[in-house]
Amino acid sequence: MRLQARRLVMLLIGLMASPALWAEWAFNMPKGVTDLSHSIYDLHMTIFWVTVAIGVLVFGVMFWSVIFHRKSRGAKAAEFHESTLVEILWTSIPFAILVVMAIPATKTLIEVYNADDADIDIKVTGYQWKWQYEYLGEEVSFFSNLATSRDEVNNLRPKNTNYLLEVDEPLVVPIDKKIRFLVTGADVIHSWWVPELAVKKDAIPGFINESWAKINEPGIYRGQCAELCGKDHGFMPIVVDARPQAEYEDWLQAKREEAARIRELTQKDWTMEELMVKGEQVYDKVCVACHQANGQGIPPMFPALKGAPVAVNKDMIADHIYVLLYGVKGTAMQAFKEQLSEVDMAAVITYERNAWGNNTGEMVTPKDILDFKKTGKYKGQEGKVPEGGVK
Amino acid sequence: MSDHHHGPAKGLMRWVLTTNHKDIGSMYLWFSFAMFLFGGSMAMVIRAELFQPGLQLVEPNFFNQMTTMHGLVMVFGAVMPAFVGLANWMIPMMIGAPDMALPRMNNWSFWILPFAFALMASTLFMEGGGPNFGWTFYAPLSTDYAPPSTTYFIFAVHMMGVSSIMGAINVIATILNLRAPGMTLMKMPLFVWTWLITAYLLIAVMPVLAGAVTMMLMDIHFGTSFFNAGGGGDPVLFQHVFWFFGHPEVYIMILPAFGIVSAIIPAFARKQLFGYTSMVYAVASIAFLSFIVWAHHMFTVGIPLVGEVFFMYATMLIAVPTGVKVFNWIATMFRGSLTFETPMLFSIAFVVLFTIGGFSGLMLSIAPADFQYHDTYFVVAHFHYVLVPGAIFAIFAGVYYWLPKWTGHMYDTALSKVHFWMSFIGMNLTFFPMHFVGLAGMPRRIPDYNMQFADFNMLSSIGGFMFGVTQLLFLFIVIKCVKGGEKAEAKPWEGAHGLEWMVPSPAPYHTFTTPPDVK
Repeated sequence: MRLQARRLVMLLIGLMASPALWAEWAFNMPKGVTDLSHSIYDLHMTIFWVTVAIGVLVFGVMFWSVIFHRKSRGAKAAEFHESTLVEILWTSIPFAILVVMAIPATKTLIEVYNADDADIDIKVTGYQWKWQYEYLGEEVSFFSNLATSRDEVNNLRPKNTNYLLEVDEPLVVPIDKKIRFLVTGADVIHSWWVPELAVKKDAIPGFINESWAKINEPGIYRGQCAELCGKDHGFMPIVVDARPQAEYEDWLQAKREEAARIRELTQKDWTMEELMVKGEQVYDKVCVACHQANGQGIPPMFPALKGAPVAVNKDMIADHIYVLLYGVKGTAMQAFKEQLSEVDMAAVITYERNAWGNNTGEMVTPKDILDFKKTGKYKGQEGKVPEGGVK
Repeated sequence: MSDHHHGPAKGLMRWVLTTNHKDIGSMYLWFSFAMFLFGGSMAMVIRAELFQPGLQLVEPNFFNQMTTMHGLVMVFGAVMPAFVGLANWMIPMMIGAPDMALPRMNNWSFWILPFAFALMASTLFMEGGGPNFGWTFYAPLSTDYAPPSTTYFIFAVHMMGVSSIMGAINVIATILNLRAPGMTLMKMPLFVWTWLITAYLLIAVMPVLAGAVTMMLMDIHFGTSFFNAGGGGDPVLFQHVFWFFGHPEVYIMILPAFGIVSAIIPAFARKQLFGYTSMVYAVASIAFLSFIVWAHHMFTVGIPLVGEVFFMYATMLIAVPTGVKVFNWIATMFRGSLTFETPMLFSIAFVVLFTIGGFSGLMLSIAPADFQYHDTYFVVAHFHYVLVPGAIFAIFAGVYYWLPKWTGHMYDTALSKVHFWMSFIGMNLTFFPMHFVGLAGMPRRIPDYNMQFADFNMLSSIGGFMFGVTQLLFLFIVIKCVKGGEKAEAKPWEGAHGLEWMVPSPAPYHTFTTPPDVK
């Protein structure tokens, strides 16, 4: 409370103090770091000053009347109430102003729509509630999740500067290259927005939208999902890390090597303890938003896993794997086949079957997952979505 | 039998069975105010959660239900019924008609509403919660990914639509058939004109909304794929259908407000409305344009360049007739003899603040800039500037203007001015900072945000609480006025014109049983 009170006082002082203090507050559109974002910023400021000029004129006349033509000053009402000339004037002058505004707006719009001849193509897919980035032709692809801890959100820990605008894996891109974003959605409609790049494009299932950026300066640029996409719409940020070409290529190479290492891990013999530790990490990253830390979910939208037949019945292990791999159509349960490695999937299934009093003692290994992917079976069991969905 | 029609029936059944336009008008207005407080209390939950960063009071899913229900309740429960209430009370008295043309249907259009909203509000208590996909309910979030209560929401929307369409038919039938002899169309008060045009908009678009929710219903329950890409459908189709309804809808919420303000400004400027004819044409042009601008809500969905350009130009064009209206109001005040009674205060605030909302609208029409504004708090600021000091201030202005006619008493002038100033300050404090956070990058419909947005959000919340509490004062003023007060004359305002001021205050239960002479 004291902190709030102090903030409030600071705020009021700030309002009255010098404009220098205002500089600390972001209150205008960022100029951005691309040529296009500069054009858009200029359009924004032009139309803003046009409205200010009209406002000064119109409100000026109005307040003149309010002050000088009041009855208490003895003003007598005039008789006039019509003038075709005046009507024509104040129809045509605004029209002319609009035509003048429309010209640069159209030019910029044509630029925005010209996504041809790109140097790099990146497919951006919105999921509830994370982004997937695929570098087309580079064999690099990954998911980008919110990195802010739930403790910060729940006010149990102080919030860092990039609160809610930080991710585990940023989108790394080179500067001075024309990057084309191919934007789509996997479940509901999302919108990929980075203000500094002046790119906002809806991520719509069944459509691939184009947008592009050519970044002038290296740096970290942050954005958020801009289309309401369900419960955690406010928790799926975007971070773009723009680097010089050479650093970008190093990063690409490192990403490919990392993918190879993860594939090797599948062949390793995992112990229960290792899988449980790993599983908890995966669960806290990808499952917790819906199924909750206590495994009880938020029924009926997000079913509980604690005590759920699919997570405790021995003859449903195959179903458990199936649902994780392929999702449940028409629900928020996504297909994680492409999102998680075999190790992650084995670990999280093992975790779900042994956490929160689900103590089945059963362990699913990365090799089991690999087998399931090939044969559709777990130790002879056929996997499917359980009858009546997952309750 | 002979005395029967001179006064209202006694008891509760008077209100259930009434076919009297004044009774029904009053019920619409009280219902609208109840919904205003209901929708407002949800806005208070939203502002309380956004008071500072972090999640304090509500879960994100409940937060989404609040933003959704706040929008739906304010649009369909508060603003639209308030205008229908004013139309019921005033249109017959303004055109010299004895009542609405279809009195029994009038009763029915009202009584559908409480049930529709009870049904919609009940979804908040159902398993999985109420609608949580925004008042624009974009598919597939509102179909495949929606809570089970969505079916009830769809049924409630159908009921509201039926009520609106019947109300609109009634308004048109009344205006076209029941005008007193000599009341030609171009002599009608602008409130009547704006309502006539609004009623046509309603008839044109409410069935489109019904179509949209019916397709949702089919997708949810009957295996169709109108909006499901996986089944060959098109999620963008939903947005086209919705905004074909939705854009005229926002004019439905502002045109009658234009009419109210066009009655009040001349009355307190003691000068005839400037450019009556151009005002009528401007309203008609706005109504026409409202049908060809819907995709400006969809500049980021990836419509082709040609479409983008067309909708940008058409949208910019709306500034022209809207500008004409503002210029005419100001020309009416210019060299008038102005006094500042409460209705005039609200009307002047309307002109200034609605114009600011119009300016941000013009900014939003510039498609490339809209890529930065779209779905941010800048948009929230824009549409609250046109709806709160636009629609709602005009409704307050109208109520303060006609309250003496309805009740026969003057209201507490000093308190009403407190209501005005508190609303004015609270409203600006709430919504002006939203322009800044929006430009700085805060998306709308999020329950939590980065610290860079914290200070402005705190200001908005303080303003919001101030605006919210002030509306209880309005309730008090109205109740006090209904119960008693200084006796109001037939024409309590020196400069007022119109047939409604020819009948005594309070207006008798039946007025103009024989048509008046219109000069």
